[in-house]
Amino acid sequence: MAVYTDVLCPFCGCICDDIVVEVGEDGKITKVKGACAIGRSKIMGHDRMESPAIREDGELRDCSYDEAIKRAAEILADARRPLLYGWSSTVCETDRAGVELAVEIGAIIDNTASVCHGPSILAIQDVGLPSCTLGQIRNRADIVIYWGSNPVFAHPNHMKRYSYLSKGRFTPGGKKDRKMVVVDVRETKSAKLADLFVKVRPGGDFLVFSALRAILRGHEDVVPDEVAGVEKKDLLSLAEMIKNANFIITFFGMGVTHSGARHNNIANAIEFTRAAHLHTKATIMPMRGHYNVNGFNQVCTWLLGYPFSIDLSQGYPWYNPGETGAVDVLVHGECDAALIISSDPASHFPADAVRHLARIPVIQIDPYPNPTTEFADVVIPSAICGVEAEGSVYRMDSVPLRVRKIVDSKFMADEEIIRRILEEVRAIKEKEGE
Amino acid sequence: MAELLIKNGVVFDPINGVKGEKMDICIRDGKIVESLHDEHGARVIDASGCVVMPGGVDAHAHIAGGKVNAGRLLRPEDGRRGLEPKRGVCKPCTGYSVPNTWATGYRYAKMGYTFVMEPAMPPLTARHTHEELVDTPIIDKAALPLIDNNWMTLQYVRDENYEMLSAYVAWMIRATRGYGIKIVNPGGTEAWGFAKNCGLDDPVPHWDVTPADIIRALAHANERYEMPHSIHVHGNMLGHPGNYETTLRTFDVVKGISASMQRQTMHTTHIQFFCYGGTSWKDFESKADEIAKYVNENEHITIDLGSIILGDTTTMTADGPMEYTLYRLTGRKWTNHDVELETGAGIVPFLYSSRNPVHSVQWTIGLELALLIKNPWKVVLSTDHPNAGPFIGYPILISMLMSKKRRDEVMKEVHPAVFDRSSLASIDRELDFHEIAIITRASAAKILGLHNHGKGHLGVGADADVAIYGISHEESDAGAVQRAFLNAKYTIKCGEIVVKDGEIVATPEGRTFYVEPECEESLMNEVMKDIERLFKEYYTVSLSNYPVQDVYTPHPYVIKAPMSG
Repeated sequence: MAVYTDVLCPFCGCICDDIVVEVGEDGKITKVKGACAIGRSKIMGHDRMESPAIREDGELRDCSYDEAIKRAAEILADARRPLLYGWSSTVCETDRAGVELAVEIGAIIDNTASVCHGPSILAIQDVGLPSCTLGQIRNRADIVIYWGSNPVFAHPNHMKRYSYLSKGRFTPGGKKDRKMVVVDVRETKSAKLADLFVKVRPGGDFLVFSALRAILRGHEDVVPDEVAGVEKKDLLSLAEMIKNANFIITFFGMGVTHSGARHNNIANAIEFTRAAHLHTKATIMPMRGHYNVNGFNQVCTWLLGYPFSIDLSQGYPWYNPGETGAVDVLVHGECDAALIISSDPASHFPADAVRHLARIPVIQIDPYPNPTTEFADVVIPSAICGVEAEGSVYRMDSVPLRVRKIVDSKFMADEEIIRRILEEVRAIKEKEGE
Repeated sequence: MAELLIKNGVVFDPINGVKGEKMDICIRDGKIVESLHDEHGARVIDASGCVVMPGGVDAHAHIAGGKVNAGRLLRPEDGRRGLEPKRGVCKPCTGYSVPNTWATGYRYAKMGYTFVMEPAMPPLTARHTHEELVDTPIIDKAALPLIDNNWMTLQYVRDENYEMLSAYVAWMIRATRGYGIKIVNPGGTEAWGFAKNCGLDDPVPHWDVTPADIIRALAHANERYEMPHSIHVHGNMLGHPGNYETTLRTFDVVKGISASMQRQTMHTTHIQFFCYGGTSWKDFESKADEIAKYVNENEHITIDLGSIILGDTTTMTADGPMEYTLYRLTGRKWTNHDVELETGAGIVPFLYSSRNPVHSVQWTIGLELALLIKNPWKVVLSTDHPNAGPFIGYPILISMLMSKKRRDEVMKEVHPAVFDRSSLASIDRELDFHEIAIITRASAAKILGLHNHGKGHLGVGADADVAIYGISHEESDAGAVQRAFLNAKYTIKCGEIVVKDGEIVATPEGRTFYVEPECEESLMNEVMKDIERLFKEYYTVSLSNYPVQDVYTPHPYVIKAPMSG
C-alpha cells in the first residue's frame, strides 16, 4: 500500500491541498482522508466511460483512440463555425492546447464561466475587483459575508480552511474572533450557522447593495424603511458592524450572479465593497465552482487577451459576450460543430441551445458519461486530472497549484487528446492545401 | 550548425569598448565566435549603413504573472487597441499597455530586445509568473520574487536574526526560481493588509520594525551570496509630492554596505516616480536634479528611469496603498489583490495627459534624469512597463534623449508648467548611439549581472543576441531614430534570425534564468523549522505544494550563487 499526503482535490474552487490518499497493491485508491464528501467521491472515482466511441446509425460503437481522434479532427476541420466549450474541470495544459486548436481552426472558444461567474467577470471589467488570497481572510477577516452562496453544500471545506472556522495570526480564536453574515433569499444550512442572517426578497440583491452603499457613504437618509424585504434598522446595524470591523470579505455565489440584474448585481456588490473600504479593509471574491474554471480564464487571458467567449474566426480574438458566448452561438443556430470537454451543456444550457447542439456534430471528451453523451457523435474518455493526470490549476483566489497524478490509468490525458486532434487537423489542412 | 556572418555594420558594443566601429560579427552555435570555420558556407547579412548592437536588455518590465493578467482581464478595451490577426509564424496579438504573452515576445524582438526581467513575482503565485514566461516567445527572461513584506522576513528583521534571514531569502529565491530580491513599499504593503501604509522610518503596524530596517537587512542578506544582482528597490511613498527626500534617505540606508560582486548595492527602480518636490499636487515640481546629484556623487546606487509615455496606460504594482490613492484620485476602476503573508497588488487604468500640469512635469522627469546623470552606466532605460507607459514607447524615449530639437517641440505641446517646474528646457545634452547602447543593453546587463552570462555584449563567447537597426550611425533625425528602434532590420536570438525587415520570421522559445543561492545546510535545516511552522499556522497551501516544480522552467539557465567569502 502507498500513502500520498498533501494531495490536491480536483473538485471545487477551494482546491484543498492536504488530502491523504491510500492506494492498494492493485493500483486502486482505497481510502481518501481530509476531503469533503464530494471531493472524496471524485477522487475515489465512479462510473467511467470505458471506451472511445463513434455514433453510427444512432448508436455508439466502441473504437480505438486513434479512430476517435481522427474522426474528431475531420469534424472540426470540416466545420465553418466550430465551438470549443467546457475547459473548467481540466488542467491549464489542456486549456493552452485548446487555445491553440481554436486559433488553428478559427473557432469560438468558451468555458463554463459563461453560464456561471461570467457576469462577475463582466462586472470586474466595469469596476475592478478589490480582493485578496484566501489566507488574508484566514489571518485577518473579522467579518465574513456569504451572499447568495451556500458553502455548506457547494464548497464544504471553505469555512473550515479559509474563513469563519479557520484560525490565523490576527484571528487566533477562529470563529470567536469573527462574525459570519449570510445574505440569501432563504434560510440555507449555511445561514443557520451565521451570527446574522439577512433574508432578501428574490431579485432584491441590487437594492440591498445600493442601500448599504448609501449608508456607508453617509446618505442613510435616502434609504426607505424597508428594502427588498430587509428592514432599514437591520441594514443600519450591518453597516455599523462593517464600519467597526478590521477586515471584511464578501463571498458571493450564483444567487447574485444569476438573479435579476445579473452582472449589474456584481458591479453593485463591488461598489458596496469600495464604499466599505472608506471605513475599513474591504474585499470581495466570487465563489468559483469547478476547480479550474478560473484557470481557463487565466490561460485564455494571457494567450488571447480575454477571459472567455472568444471568437477567432477573423484570425484575431474578438470578445463580445452576448454575441460570442457558447449559448449565444447555439441559440442563434450559428455553430455547425462542437467539441465539449469536461462539462455537460445538455444539463446546464437553455433548451434552445441544447436543441441546436443535438442537431450538429458533437465531440465529447470526459472521464464520465453525462446527458451530453446521449447525442455526442464522438466520445473520447479521458484520465481524471488530479488523480490520473497532473497539471496546473488556479484556485478561486487565483493561487496557482499543481494537481498530481496518483495512480496510473488506461485513459489518455485531456492535453494529449487535444494535442493529437490538433496534429490531425493540421495534417488534414496541409493535405487540402496541396 | 550553420554559421552566420554580419558584415560591414557599425558596431556599438559598450561592454567591450567598441564605440561605433565598422566590424564583422561571427556567429556559430548560438554564440559569438572569433572567426568562422567556413566563410563561404556561412549565411551573410550585409549590415552596410546599419547600426549593430547587442540584443536589448530590459531590467524592469511587468510582462507576466497574476497582476499583469488581472490587468489584461480588467481592460478588454486595452486588448482591442492592439489586435493583430495570426499571420505567418505569428499567433494573434492583443493589447497595448497589457499585451498578451505572444505580442509581448514579438514586440520586444521587433525592437531588438532579447532579455526582459519581470520585476515583481509574488512568491505564492510564482508558478503563474513562470507559466506566462514560458508562453512569452523568443526572448529570454527572469523574475524577481517579492521578499520584503513577508512575515518571515519581518520576524527575522525584528529579531535582528540576519543569519536566518539570509537562509530564508535563499530558500525563497530557490523555491520561486527567482533571480534576486525585490522590494516594493517595504512594510507599507504589509500594512495595507489592514488598509494602512507607512513611511521609511515609521514602525510597521504590529511589527516593531521600520521599512529602513527591512531594506538594510535585505541588502546584507543579498551580499552574503555572490548574487548577480543587488536588491531591487521600489521604496516608500512612490508617487507622493515631496517624496524626493524619502528617496534620498532610502539611498543612504545601504550606504557603506559592501557588495559581494563588482556592482551596486541597491538598484532603485522607476526612479521618476520618486523625484517629486512640493507639498501637494498644486505646487508639485521636479526634483530630478537632486536625485541626479546624489547618483552622480555616489557609487552604490543604480537606477532605471520609469519615464512617462504620454497617453493611456495601465498602472500595476505590489504597492497596494499607492494604487488605492490613484483610484481615489481618478475614480476609475480598481483591482486589488493582497497575497497572504507576502505582498499585494493594485491595478488602475491611467491617462497621462499632455494638458495636465502634473503629468507634463512627470513626463520631463525621466528625461531629465537620463540627461543629468553623467555616467550612463548607472542608468537603464525603462517605463516601468506598463506603469509610466508601454514598452513599445522606448523608441520614442530614445529619440527624445538623442534630440534636443525633438524635446523642445514636445515641450511646446505639453502644459507650460514644464518650463517653471522642471529643468528639462535648460538641458542641451544629447545622447549618442553609444550612450543609447549603454542604457538599453550594456548597463542593464551589468546591473543585473548578466554580462557574465552572455548578455548585453558581443564579445567572443557571448550569446549571439544581436540587433541590427536600419539607420546610419550619423543620422540625427528624431523620426528616423524612432522608426529604426521600433522595427529592427534584423534581430538575432541565440544565433537564429527571428526578425527580418521588421517582421517576425521565427519564434523559438526563450530561456528562464534563475539563481540558486547556496546556503549552509545546517542553517537551512534550522530555518526550515520556522518555515514549516509558518505554513502550518498561517498559509492556506501546504509547504510541499509551494515550491515551483521543474516543469515550469523547461529551458532553464541556472546561476549558482555561493556564499561570499
